[in-house]
Amino acid sequence: MNQNTCINYNKTKKYILYFTILVLLMALFFVLSICIGSTNISLQELVSAISDPDAGGTVSTIIYEIRMPRALAATLLGGALALSGYLLQTFFQNPIAGPFVLGISSGAKLVVALTMIIFLKNARVIHSVDLILAAFAGSLISMGAVLLVSRRVHNMSVLVLAGVMIGYICSAVTDFVVTFADDSDIVNLHNWSLGSFSGISWSNVETISWVVLVAFVVVFLLSKPMNAYQLGETYAANMGVNIRLFRGMLVILSSILSACVTAFAGPVSFVGIAVPQMVKKLFHSSKPILMIPASFLGGAVFCMFCDLLARTVFAPTELSISTVTAIFGAPVVIIVMLKQRSQRFTME
Amino acid sequence: MKKPYLKTENLSVGYQGIPLIQEIELSLSKGEIVTLIGPNGAGKSTILKSISKQLRLISGQVLFEDISIKNLSEKELARKTAIVFTERLSPDLITAGEVVALGRYPYTNGLGIQKEEDKRKVEEAMQLVQITDLAEREFSRLSDGQKQRVLLARAICQEPDLLLLDEPTSYLDVKYKLEFFSVLQQMTRQKKIGVLMSLHELDLAERISDKILCVKGDRIGRFGTPEEIFREGFIGQLYDIDHGSFEEQNGFVELERVTGQSEVFIIAGNHTGSFVFRELQRRGIPFSTGILSENDLDYPAAKALANKVIAGEAYEDFSEADYARAEEEMRSCGSLICCQRQFGTHNRLNQKLLEAAKAAGIPVSYRAEQEDNR
Repeated sequence: MNQNTCINYNKTKKYILYFTILVLLMALFFVLSICIGSTNISLQELVSAISDPDAGGTVSTIIYEIRMPRALAATLLGGALALSGYLLQTFFQNPIAGPFVLGISSGAKLVVALTMIIFLKNARVIHSVDLILAAFAGSLISMGAVLLVSRRVHNMSVLVLAGVMIGYICSAVTDFVVTFADDSDIVNLHNWSLGSFSGISWSNVETISWVVLVAFVVVFLLSKPMNAYQLGETYAANMGVNIRLFRGMLVILSSILSACVTAFAGPVSFVGIAVPQMVKKLFHSSKPILMIPASFLGGAVFCMFCDLLARTVFAPTELSISTVTAIFGAPVVIIVMLKQRSQRFTME
Repeated sequence: MKKPYLKTENLSVGYQGIPLIQEIELSLSKGEIVTLIGPNGAGKSTILKSISKQLRLISGQVLFEDISIKNLSEKELARKTAIVFTERLSPDLITAGEVVALGRYPYTNGLGIQKEEDKRKVEEAMQLVQITDLAEREFSRLSDGQKQRVLLARAICQEPDLLLLDEPTSYLDVKYKLEFFSVLQQMTRQKKIGVLMSLHELDLAERISDKILCVKGDRIGRFGTPEEIFREGFIGQLYDIDHGSFEEQNGFVELERVTGQSEVFIIAGNHTGSFVFRELQRRGIPFSTGILSENDLDYPAAKALANKVIAGEAYEDFSEADYARAEEEMRSCGSLICCQRQFGTHNRLNQKLLEAAKAAGIPVSYRAEQEDNR
């Protein structure tokens, strides 16, 4: 008993340390995202701009109109992506599930592209809520397709392969649509469909904040049934989890979160898989009550870091965000798959 | 008569609306252990899954203290029943202690935070099945037997009235099987928990069960006490055993009898012959044996393995007629193995048989003496 309490106490201390590190990293990258760019801003300038927001001037404009909304978007959307990935991994009980590999982001992209073209044709203003709804619809369509496949196959590699194929189909249709869109729309659409955090306005940030924070709270409240679900459906049901409702919630929440990302930043690859895996390794635990906030923070840090690289490495040319996230995220996926393989073999 | 805690009425279970077993009538009182036996694929697990609400009932009723399972919410049912099923689990990065603690699920608050009482119950459950030292180990790295005990501890700290166990002893060695059952008996005696489980080990089922339900075909076979179920020949019938046999008397299985002209006659008795019978069976040599009293320890194995058993009525001296049949059979075999070291008054005629063999020049070997000479 004594020994156990002692271990638990040490564990708690460790978890607090890890959370502190993640929060500090988030703050660090947030400041870096604001300071580094085509015009570098010194800390002093930043402090004075923050202490006197109404002063105006170029620096203030850069900070308030360009970099701060962008950094906030990267934070919130990165967190949302990682969380969406974590939910999908829980749902499929499959460590390499994520909104991008399962084709859910691409489904969202397709419907958003169609919506944009239709709206622009009819010369209507697109509100950010419209975009989210379109992306959500697209996510659900892809998710539906993946669910159909998952009923038939129980092999996780096949499921992921099916997801990748669904993603390709959606991307192909999107490219097709974009090719025949009006010239004026193409530039806009093309940039967006590659994935980028650029051009995010304060009103977008406001919408994103609401959607992501509400979804986060709901996900956090689901941490108890998610814990039970780790033992599989049978045991979870026996402990009193309403499985249908729970699974439905997971599908809807993960779709909302990844839809929100796709609506504003386009499809962003690998964050959804890689971040929860890395966080799991860091905490050496898979308790949802830890993993949910930790994945969110981890996703935020990871996306800000990648966005910073995307903006600065080949400045003034900007890389698409997925290019950078893939470089760091894809190896993680490979490692996880290899590990899973060897485990499977020893098990069966 | 106590009122049953769990009762099924005209229950049909199966998959996708197609009934597999119909008209199941079973009842279980608190503190009772009821076992489902029957061949693989007969539907034991299907019954357990239906009672734990994993499967929709096809028709009929499952009643917990007269309340239909259909009117119980997931949470209410979770406080009544806990399961240990055969699914192989290997969730990532969860410690054994955390798995056990999940048993407190129906009692913790919305975020699953454990109170002192919950922690104490988890600790108690782990002590009961002796896994306290595994608490910090990763669940997926435990052996199957250890996992099984962890899952039992989880079920115990869920504080159910009824435990549903699907082949709970499959991965356990004999020591842990016995320990597992003694934990179950503690739970039923002290906490008055009911246990409904499926078992493959018939000998254990006979020993631990208050009642046994035989599952085979589309209807339930028998439902009754072990005494009522383990009648001669019933188990062989239940499982369609045609290569070998199950001895209801002692709970042993015997392999298939070697048929043909008997090559050797065995004088056995008082458990001296069973090992010889089995050795001959392994070598594929047909044999006969006698004269054995029907209540002799060697009798069940003899009956299962020997081509011919010359048997004398229980509690009676062997008759001259028994002797005549034995001598005739011994002569036709043409050789004799004697497993008896000495013959008592009761066994006089077997001594006469041995003398007759020697006199007739039939080759005789002694099993018991060989053992002594070593």
